[in-house]
Amino acid sequence: MALRWRTSPTSPSPLGAIISYLILGFWTFVVLFPLYWLVITAFKLPVHVNEGPTYIPFVDFQPSLHAWRYILVDLGNDTLRPYLNTVVVGVTSSILTLMFGAAATYGLSRFTYRVRLATALVFLGFAVLAAVGIQLGLPWQLAVAGGLGAFALARAAALRRVGGPRLGNADIAFWMISQRMLPPVAIVIPIYILFQRLGMLDTRTALVVAYVAANLPIAVWLLRDYFRTIPLELEESAAIDGANRYQILWRIVLPLSLPGLVATFLFIFVLAWNEYLLALFLSSAKAQTMPLLVAAQNATRGPQWWYMSVLILLMIGPVIALAIVLERYIARGLLLGAVRG
Amino acid sequence: MRGIPPVTTPQRRGDAVAAPVRRIPWSRETLVSWADRQAGAVLVLPAVLVILVLSIFPLLFSLYLSLSRFQPVSGGFRIHYVGLLNYRKLLLGSEREHFLGRLGELGLGGWLAFVVLAAIGLVLLWRSLRASPLSISRIAGHTVVAVAGLLALWLAVRTIVTSGGRPGTLVVTWVYVFGGVALQFLVGLLLASLCAQQLPGRRFFRVVFLLPMMITPVGVAYTFRMLTDTGKGPFAPIANWLGYANVSWVNDPWGARIAVMIGDLWQWTPFMFIVLLAALESQSPEPIEAAIVDGANRWQIFWHITLPQIGPVASTVILIRLIEAFKIFDMPNVLTGGGPGTATESLTLHAYVLWRSLDYGTSAAVAYSLLFVVTFVGIAYVRLVHRRLTEAL
Repeated sequence: MALRWRTSPTSPSPLGAIISYLILGFWTFVVLFPLYWLVITAFKLPVHVNEGPTYIPFVDFQPSLHAWRYILVDLGNDTLRPYLNTVVVGVTSSILTLMFGAAATYGLSRFTYRVRLATALVFLGFAVLAAVGIQLGLPWQLAVAGGLGAFALARAAALRRVGGPRLGNADIAFWMISQRMLPPVAIVIPIYILFQRLGMLDTRTALVVAYVAANLPIAVWLLRDYFRTIPLELEESAAIDGANRYQILWRIVLPLSLPGLVATFLFIFVLAWNEYLLALFLSSAKAQTMPLLVAAQNATRGPQWWYMSVLILLMIGPVIALAIVLERYIARGLLLGAVRG
Repeated sequence: MRGIPPVTTPQRRGDAVAAPVRRIPWSRETLVSWADRQAGAVLVLPAVLVILVLSIFPLLFSLYLSLSRFQPVSGGFRIHYVGLLNYRKLLLGSEREHFLGRLGELGLGGWLAFVVLAAIGLVLLWRSLRASPLSISRIAGHTVVAVAGLLALWLAVRTIVTSGGRPGTLVVTWVYVFGGVALQFLVGLLLASLCAQQLPGRRFFRVVFLLPMMITPVGVAYTFRMLTDTGKGPFAPIANWLGYANVSWVNDPWGARIAVMIGDLWQWTPFMFIVLLAALESQSPEPIEAAIVDGANRWQIFWHITLPQIGPVASTVILIRLIEAFKIFDMPNVLTGGGPGTATESLTLHAYVLWRSLDYGTSAAVAYSLLFVVTFVGIAYVRLVHRRLTEAL
């Protein structure tokens, strides 16, 4: 038995095990110490922070709830509103992202799309024309309707005969996922101007819309593999029984891929929860989210670490809980995505 | 009109029979079957529209913005087309020092660093070129990468390893990206290979090591500000003992940059770790067992069997992190505010600062420069490294 234990490729020798534990223990300390410091700072009085570091509660200093009382009771609504904003924006945008992403990914995994490149370019041209129209002062509803109408006409009539290269499913999926490469700062100013024109700056709606666009590529990327594992036979027999496409998707595919949907939802939710750049551009007071509130703490009297720690703990509590629950799914999802590219 | 009286029903049926068989165009049944036939388009269209409206059009508009001057006027704004003026400003004009940095005099160390690094890079490129059959496009591609790499290296060396030089936001971003990703990969690989062993308590380490990735970057940045405070932070006694009590890392450019990179390392090593660990655990055990029988040692097994097996996954996580790291913003903005001066500003932060001062045109130009660099690095990496590692399998 001992011999077998030795030769098993993944079990280390006793000395190796000790070294491994030392390194792993060191990194555990690196990961947990900042979190420990956050927790104890949240219970310190200003005097305990300002007079040099104190390390152990009840020994070095007497813990106090004053910071928690200040943030939760005295500030009350000023803390609650950003918190609520973050929850509402996170949940709404994640649900919408999941709906659009699941529909598109299912479509891409079961239908064959052959879009002519020419059609796509013509559509893009019309859309740019519509944008110019809005710029020149047309009401935007009219310009958008005109653009879409022109596109429908063009698609129905002339372009059927035009040849040229076609785009398949893989191209469309790649196009969607590759949007993740885009640095958000390269698109945020036009989005800012758009919402400014629509009078929607500093609203939750604007944030939800922006987050859906930002996270859709991730949803498509993660969901692709979950849909691929569902056996086609089930769907075929449902189709023979007279179910239409939407019924198949709703009654068979979605329930079967529920674990994947839940994991994707939570993953997107964490991203939306933590998002900072888009929120910084698109919201200021009414729609302020938690990352903005925390980042704004530095402003006046210098950093007040005790209040800051409470806010950070409130902000990261939910995602740490999710991380512990999600650990298995995240590894699997990321690996599948990484292997497929 | 509340329902049709039953008396008229037979009459209607009779009419329907007498008329030629024709479907009522908008009956519920035909609508459903029409929708069923269009399912493919209906399913994909929302996502396509979202990406078009909020990604592609903004991208085009941003390009136009970067070529124009933006003037807010009452009730709206005015845009003048100015050609490449904004880019000129970045490369030659008033934003040059901010963007590219200040070039310093090259000393012996600087020349040495440049020659050694350039030689290593060129040898690696040469070997990669010789690895597969030559074609004109491959030679051209390698030449472009060599020229761009040499220029980038020249800029980096002239601004970093000199007296009087100062790196701009472009070079600082490279430092964050290449230095940071290399560190994260090495630490992640080390931790993953330790965790892949049959050790009791592995699950605990896996969960703990994952945590930093999920924490809000803004929170991470403030936490590290607390930790690195030389007066009130937990390591103040050590700093005191070393004689750094009154020296604040915030005032030292490299101290501040290293603080940003440590925060980034803390946050993103888990991503490398978790994916590499999953890859290590899913590799097939037979080749390793065979190698043990043949008397290979641990290092040989790792180098010749494990590394090639996880190569494609490793290459992909590096690619993903390279692309993501170029977007770094939260950490420097909150941890150091870009300071001292502009020493820790990344390109995204640079664009944000310009946007805040209402210089939309130059801000868009910086953003487009970032997009250009990311795309170039991404394509070069896929062509030169990624494809070879994934094809080798």
